Amino acid sequence: MKSSLVFHKVIVGLLVIYLLIPLVGTFLFSMAGKWDHTILPESYTLKWYIELFQDERFYLALQHTLFLIVVTVGLSVVIMLPTIFIITVYFGKWEKWLQAAAMLPYGIPPIVGAVGLIKVYSDGPIQIAGTPWILVGAYFITILPFMYQGIRNSLRTVNAVQLVDAAELLGATKFQAFRTVVFPNIISGILVSTLLSVALLFSEFAFANLLVGGRFETIQIYLADKLNSSGHLTSAIVITYYSIILLLTGTVLKLTFRKEKASVFSNKKRSLSFLKKSYRQKNTALEGENS
Amino acid sequence: MKVTGNWCNVRTMKPIPPLLANIEEREVLRKLKKQKFYLLALLLPFILFVIGFEIGPLVAMLKDSFYASDGIQVTIQQYLTIFKSKFYLQAIQNSLVISLISAVISVIIAVIAAYSFTKFSQKIQNRLLMIANMTSNFEGIPLSFSYIILLGNNGLFTLLFSKLGLDVFADFNLYSWTGLILVYIYFQIPLAVMLIYPSYQGIKKQWKEASSLLGGTTLSFWRHIGIPVLLPSIAGTFSILFANAMGAYATAYALVGSNYNLLSLQIASLVSSDVTLNPQLGSAMGVLLAATMIGAMWFNERMMRRIRRDLR
Repeated sequence: MKSSLVFHKVIVGLLVIYLLIPLVGTFLFSMAGKWDHTILPESYTLKWYIELFQDERFYLALQHTLFLIVVTVGLSVVIMLPTIFIITVYFGKWEKWLQAAAMLPYGIPPIVGAVGLIKVYSDGPIQIAGTPWILVGAYFITILPFMYQGIRNSLRTVNAVQLVDAAELLGATKFQAFRTVVFPNIISGILVSTLLSVALLFSEFAFANLLVGGRFETIQIYLADKLNSSGHLTSAIVITYYSIILLLTGTVLKLTFRKEKASVFSNKKRSLSFLKKSYRQKNTALEGENS
Repeated sequence: MKVTGNWCNVRTMKPIPPLLANIEEREVLRKLKKQKFYLLALLLPFILFVIGFEIGPLVAMLKDSFYASDGIQVTIQQYLTIFKSKFYLQAIQNSLVISLISAVISVIIAVIAAYSFTKFSQKIQNRLLMIANMTSNFEGIPLSFSYIILLGNNGLFTLLFSKLGLDVFADFNLYSWTGLILVYIYFQIPLAVMLIYPSYQGIKKQWKEASSLLGGTTLSFWRHIGIPVLLPSIAGTFSILFANAMGAYATAYALVGSNYNLLSLQIASLVSSDVTLNPQLGSAMGVLLAATMIGAMWFNERMMRRIRRDLR
């Protein structure tokens, strides 16, 4: 029994080391002064970070990325919240269409999405290929599955339909019911999917590179461009970038962890199996209503 | 004018004159209709976005794939070109092979590692899952870069090992097939662990006890009970990983650029590069890639249904 625990410790230890080595290596490299023939760097320096934080291109790229994220995620919340609310509460029979539309981007990789987007928007009435606006549209669709899951699950957890019924019985209008009863109750659930979307868009490269490229340089494009220049500087960018991602996902994990312990591993890619679960729940609910 | 049933005042319970009730009823109906109209109007932005950026582009791609390269003639020439060209067939084959190998290796590692996870206390398990979650975000350009500084031509490990006189990396070339597989496995493993781990929760301790009471060994437990229970989830995870690798673009782009023949890289250069621009051919290849992805997702869904039926 004891020897088998040692075995599991070795396995887990190896896995953790394997997963962390690239990160630790990059981190050390970003702080290294001279590092040629020793296991650990001979000297440490912060000059790469200083150099990075003096680079105006870096700030501009960061600014572009933040602009895209704020616009897209903001737009997504403003549009998806009422849409999902209205369909769940008032047009239940259309829900499967909403679900299909919301989950489809999950199965379409950006590389495929970009082909059609270039085709549609490079000529014709709306020519926005090469501008940030096409990215806003593409990103809106990219984060659709996560926003849908987050908002839908929140609405389900608070029993939105019954809440609205009760509020309307007590004389509230539809808008009042949404604003004063439902919205305050789901705001924390939405926060999680919002942060997840922010992290996702932060690391988006395929759309940015294929649809816009250097004309509106995002942080990922900037990074890809710097790959061939000084390795130390690029490491500093990678570490800065990854720290932001860690901060975002760390907050997400903390929030989910606090809410329900079981879903610590609720990651973006797990949403598919969540979908199955929620779908089943909906079916049973429908059967209950019919009988 | 139709007079409807017995309307009455709620407070006094006295009947309301029929005419008044009728007016009220029509009023309510009209109001409801108006409200419904407003509600539908609120759905419009969503519908526009879905048509403009999701369905529209997909339909445009599908349509475009059936046009000749001049964009006028309707033909299946593009698909024929792909299946006749050694070059494009090789791209598809390379993508398939890399996706298959990286998915198989990652699933095997994840099955073992996730099982080891379950041997620790709940607190440590959560920590480990957190590490998996955090590292699953380390992908694409930054990941490729990390591998370049560690294992590239002048990489830390490459130099270190050659100085130590170990020739492990002497024949190793990161910017090749083996390098790609190595990096793909790295970003697949955390994902695979997170997908497989929950299904171990479905294997109850009592089953093991029952099995050993009936004279079963650990080996026979896994052979007859454990693995069959896990199998649908393993297959489902495999299909997700496979699709994930098929669609991966950023990692390959940063690591091998256009030096290696992969489906996703070929599509990218067909639709956005000036040299090899041929959107119709790119569309046809995009359709093929999308079909593969949808196939993998469909398979995953079938497997998920199996799990649920087993649980019932």
